[in-house]
Amino acid sequence: MRELNFDAAVIGGGAAGMAAALEMESRGLSVAILEREDHLGGILTQCIHNGFGLIEFNEELAGPEFAERFEDKVRKSKITAFTGTTVLDVETDEEDKVLVCASTHGVMRLHARAVVLAMGCRERNRGNIRIPGSRPAGVYTAGLAQRLVNIEGYIPGRDVVIIGSGDIGLIMARRMSWVGCKVHAVIEIQPYPSGLTRNIVQCLNDFGIPLYLSHQTTNIYGNERVEGVEATPMENGALRTDKAFRIPCDTVLLSVGLVPENELSKKLGVELNPMTNGAWVDSTLMTNVPGVFACGNVLHVHDLVDYVVEESRRAGGFAADYLAGKHPAKEIRVKPGSNVRYVNPGRLDPSRDNKLYMRTLIVKNDAALEVKLNNKVIRTVKKNHVQPSEMLSFTLGPADLAGCEGVPESVLEISIQ
Amino acid sequence: MGYSLNYDREEEHKVRTGSDSFDVAIIGAGVSGANIARRLSSYELDVALIEKEADVSFGVSKANSGIVHGGFHHNKKYLKSRLEVRGAAMFDRLKAELDFPFERCGIVVVALHEEEMRAIEQLYEQGVDNGAIGIEMCSRDRMLELEPKLSPDTVGGLYAPAGGIVEPYRFVFSLVENATHNGVQLFTKFKVAHAQHNAEAWTVSAEDGRTIRAKYVVNAAGLFADEVSKIFGGEEFAIHGRKGEYYLLDRMTKAKTSRVVFPVPTTISKGMLVVPTVEGTVLVGPTATADEDKKDFATTREHLNEILKSGRALVPSISEGDVITSFAGIRSVLDEDFYIDISNKAPHFIQVAGIQSPGLTASPAIGEYVKDLLKHDGLKLVEKSDWDPFVRRVPRVRDLSPFELDELIKKDPAYGEIVCRCECVSEAEIVEAIRRGHTTLDGIKYFTRTQMGRCQGGFCTYKIMKILMRETGMSWDEITKHGGSSQMLKGEL
Repeated sequence: MRELNFDAAVIGGGAAGMAAALEMESRGLSVAILEREDHLGGILTQCIHNGFGLIEFNEELAGPEFAERFEDKVRKSKITAFTGTTVLDVETDEEDKVLVCASTHGVMRLHARAVVLAMGCRERNRGNIRIPGSRPAGVYTAGLAQRLVNIEGYIPGRDVVIIGSGDIGLIMARRMSWVGCKVHAVIEIQPYPSGLTRNIVQCLNDFGIPLYLSHQTTNIYGNERVEGVEATPMENGALRTDKAFRIPCDTVLLSVGLVPENELSKKLGVELNPMTNGAWVDSTLMTNVPGVFACGNVLHVHDLVDYVVEESRRAGGFAADYLAGKHPAKEIRVKPGSNVRYVNPGRLDPSRDNKLYMRTLIVKNDAALEVKLNNKVIRTVKKNHVQPSEMLSFTLGPADLAGCEGVPESVLEISIQ
Repeated sequence: MGYSLNYDREEEHKVRTGSDSFDVAIIGAGVSGANIARRLSSYELDVALIEKEADVSFGVSKANSGIVHGGFHHNKKYLKSRLEVRGAAMFDRLKAELDFPFERCGIVVVALHEEEMRAIEQLYEQGVDNGAIGIEMCSRDRMLELEPKLSPDTVGGLYAPAGGIVEPYRFVFSLVENATHNGVQLFTKFKVAHAQHNAEAWTVSAEDGRTIRAKYVVNAAGLFADEVSKIFGGEEFAIHGRKGEYYLLDRMTKAKTSRVVFPVPTTISKGMLVVPTVEGTVLVGPTATADEDKKDFATTREHLNEILKSGRALVPSISEGDVITSFAGIRSVLDEDFYIDISNKAPHFIQVAGIQSPGLTASPAIGEYVKDLLKHDGLKLVEKSDWDPFVRRVPRVRDLSPFELDELIKKDPAYGEIVCRCECVSEAEIVEAIRRGHTTLDGIKYFTRTQMGRCQGGFCTYKIMKILMRETGMSWDEITKHGGSSQMLKGEL
């Protein structure tokens, strides 16, 4: 069994993993990427639509193009990318972390002083949202359907109903229409869409696909292949079973949310935030396990890959700082206040700029984001519109956070009114 | 495509192919039929095992609690109770021979009120009377020591250390594999349509026109044993479906108990249980509802809510957030007892009907019992000198140490290609499943555990389809979830 040593190991070779690895390599560290697929790029490689890179590259790219730009940089760097390699287990050996990895070449134990978690997320499935009914063929997650259509070249079904209005589902509504299928409906349990507004317009409205908001999918029919679904309107939070209706179809695509894939993190002893299903991280994106960092969709599900690489680049930089023995002298705890679902990271370093990402719990026009440090308002930001599906971000620097001087347990609270 | 007989391509196997004349035909390749077939495979007999589905164990045997019972639930006046105790004792040897997941983790029955302790006492006495091994009455402290995750409302209970858990479909797969290895011929997608008895033999025809002849016929057709009996002119009876719905929880759930947890039983069922499966997930259920449509495996919102409520009464840490999937199974209910006997109406026809709980536990003893009935009815049994009781083991990546896996990958690199990340299944295991005849997605699922974990196939389904096409030469439109018209793909770009 091979034993290898690196300064840092990155689990996952998607956008997050590559961005973090490149940053660490540029700081002179020896870096390994562990990727279970036989190519880098992660889920981007099947996202052949455009809309990627507007922030990162200031131009509009398709997913594979975005991935390719990072992949090229990785190839030109000194990073060792192990593709077709699955991390089976992780353990800690004094200061080192040891990753037990399998590939067709055998099993290797890879020792690293720092680990960046960049495993991304998985799609929630039918069981997770507990849709009752029978279990016929033809129920797919939207991402699996996307893979089948875009890469494998197969059409999973002809008459489609999409459950959930997440971005992948919306993109697939358009994609299925383009390959000649009929998308009969998108059913969303919330009173507002879960995907980006631009996707509602470009993928549903432009194709005349009806979106049923405040509707729950209450049954799936068919013993062999899907024959239809039952949708039931919700009024005041309750099901109106008298108004339930059936939509015939042969295929159901699920786009009902994403869950960070933190099973390996749990094996390392990483504590998770139940609001994000990702790790609790400090101002350096380090988890509760020293030397273990998290970024991208495994930390919290992002809207845009541009945000993912921005965050991951910082995670790589912080991991390099950690290995150089640099730690923040003081940290401020961040607390989500009224109408805020979560804020990442969970701590801030008052000696430098801190980028914050957050999600709201409400849909509101003319909202105000209020930031309080030790109960004193330090900033108010006006927002034309906020909704849970659109991530909010802003930066707080030393000038904003000066009020923590002399207060040993400073708390920053962010709320939306 | 069907269950092909690639037990070992290197080895010259003892299968007699091409024959359509048999000593015994067994209808139904569920856990009863599979045990009967395997038992008969040790004699100099030509045996046919007939299954209407695309693979074996696709009926009642695929969706149940997977329990080897503790021998205390039923009075020994019932045949099912006697066969349960006998069958339960046979599992250790079967596991050693047939390599299927089985573990004697023990069973606890929880009393949540003082008055339930009276029922517990009754179960205890019944168990002692039945000869259940090691059974004991427990105080509250003893119960919480045996299973710390039980409700704080526990007042006491019963402990049956010999009770255990088994993967029912893997058990059936192994039995059938071993039976065919020893010469039994399997016919899948063979739905019996007609039967005629003349010249000392039955002629049995399938819907698709295939015909076989057999001197004796065993009716182990599960939910459809009533229809089969009618086709053969046997006794008239009606099998009723009793649906049971389940929730499956992620292996990382906090609610993973170390023993099977039963409530105090009701008059119609053993109640809803919390089962730590042999493979590390947790099963909660089943409900029990009469269902006249024997093909209706749908779950309902009301029942699923009921499962969570009942499960939490026993193990409060059961969380909705841990649910991976829900499913339903249908028990085949005839009467209070099993009906296993030589038919009084149809010649050389053995009825094996109404095999509801504890059918899985009793099934090895059912095999033995039916063998004796056939002998009683005149079938000559001569032991084979070369009967091989073993199946060839498939290494499973998730069971191996890194060193073992490293060695194995050197011999077969496909063991290093992890296709299913959730349950840690390699490409080599999927290829094994296909080569052993499991050529539907569900068949591969039951053999390997791919598509059974937390992503429910979201990441691996397309990879499995590609491996299936590569290994079998099937085209995309031949890939099904579970045979029939359960086609997975509807077009090509």
